[in-house]
Amino acid sequence: MDNTELTNRLKELSGTNVRQCMKCGKCSGRCPMFDKMDVKPHQFVSYLADGKIEKLQNSKSLWYCLSCMECVERCPRGVAPAAVIEAIRESVVRPQGGNRLQPEEVPALLNDEVPQQLIVGAYRKYNH
Amino acid sequence: MKLSYYPGCTLRTQAKDLDKWGRLSLEKLGVQLEEIENWQCCGAVYPQATDEIAKKLSAIRALDAAKKNGGKLVTLCSACFNVLKRVNADMKEGGDVAKRANNYLVATGYLSGGDEYKGETEVIHYLEVLRDYVGWDKLKAAVVNPLKDMKLGAYYGCLLLRPNSVMRFDNPENPQILEDFIRAIGATPVSYALRNECCGNYVALKTPDAVKAQVDKIERNAEQAGATALVTACPSCRYNLKVNGNGRLEGVYITELLATALGIKE
Repeated sequence: MDNTELTNRLKELSGTNVRQCMKCGKCSGRCPMFDKMDVKPHQFVSYLADGKIEKLQNSKSLWYCLSCMECVERCPRGVAPAAVIEAIRESVVRPQGGNRLQPEEVPALLNDEVPQQLIVGAYRKYNH
Repeated sequence: MKLSYYPGCTLRTQAKDLDKWGRLSLEKLGVQLEEIENWQCCGAVYPQATDEIAKKLSAIRALDAAKKNGGKLVTLCSACFNVLKRVNADMKEGGDVAKRANNYLVATGYLSGGDEYKGETEVIHYLEVLRDYVGWDKLKAAVVNPLKDMKLGAYYGCLLLRPNSVMRFDNPENPQILEDFIRAIGATPVSYALRNECCGNYVALKTPDAVKAQVDKIERNAEQAGATALVTACPSCRYNLKVNGNGRLEGVYITELLATALGIKE
């Protein structure tokens, strides 16, 4: 798949129109994980619009997004940065060997308190 | 009155208190929660990618079961509420995902042709049952042990409110339902800025340090406002407050407080 094809596929997977973005930065301004993100939510939108997919796929932000929808709620143009992050994350974890959370490492991450919700959520987000 | 009920995976395991006191409290208030049969975990997070179908099937099955049992589905866990309501919206919208999910459910014999699921079920949060089916006045009248001395921070988090275009739970910027609940059980709600902020959720599993910073910010803000505990409906919020918090501000489930106020929990 060439880059244009991949870009179009990811735009489709995100279900949001990145061309609507007017670059106001409200999404990043509101993101609770802003400090942890090497590529910020507003950049996910503009990089996808410009087809800079590799930069996005290598971003650590993929593993810090909380899917809390603050960015989606704040966007005055109806763009969903969280959906872009999710589409890129899916493109990273779906190919064979892409899983970020190996079953073997889970027992060490658990304590008596960890709710199932957290484990299932992490599996869904980090793995395919 | 009977309403279909979806407990969810965590209420069967780590959050038994959220479930148990929820059922008993509503029973005392005249509402019986009827657990739907053979439910499966909702998946804990809503799958946003436009081609996701398999990850939505358990939610669709639960919604369809409720459709055939009264047409309403009550849930307590914020994550279940978020996932069920958003998947239901997909089904109601009737787009590609809805068509393909229905095709699958018919082909595997779960649904019969002509009986597709089209988002008919109404997904209701427990707090909405208290407000709309019981009523704050009736709840107030049933309180035998008002929690007079408690100054509580309503902790909405993210899942109950967002995205508002689908959730339509309360005003997404200035919600009131939890504060109304706190008043109804005789306690005092405190006002603080970060009550709608996400606790860090599943990111806590692999990168707890990122979540600790987030929880610290929320807790300090609530403490400055005078809160002695934070009220939540979400097992993830409660976990992160407890394990990744400063240890001073506890997260308590809405149903524990409710049961205490109604005199059915010590």
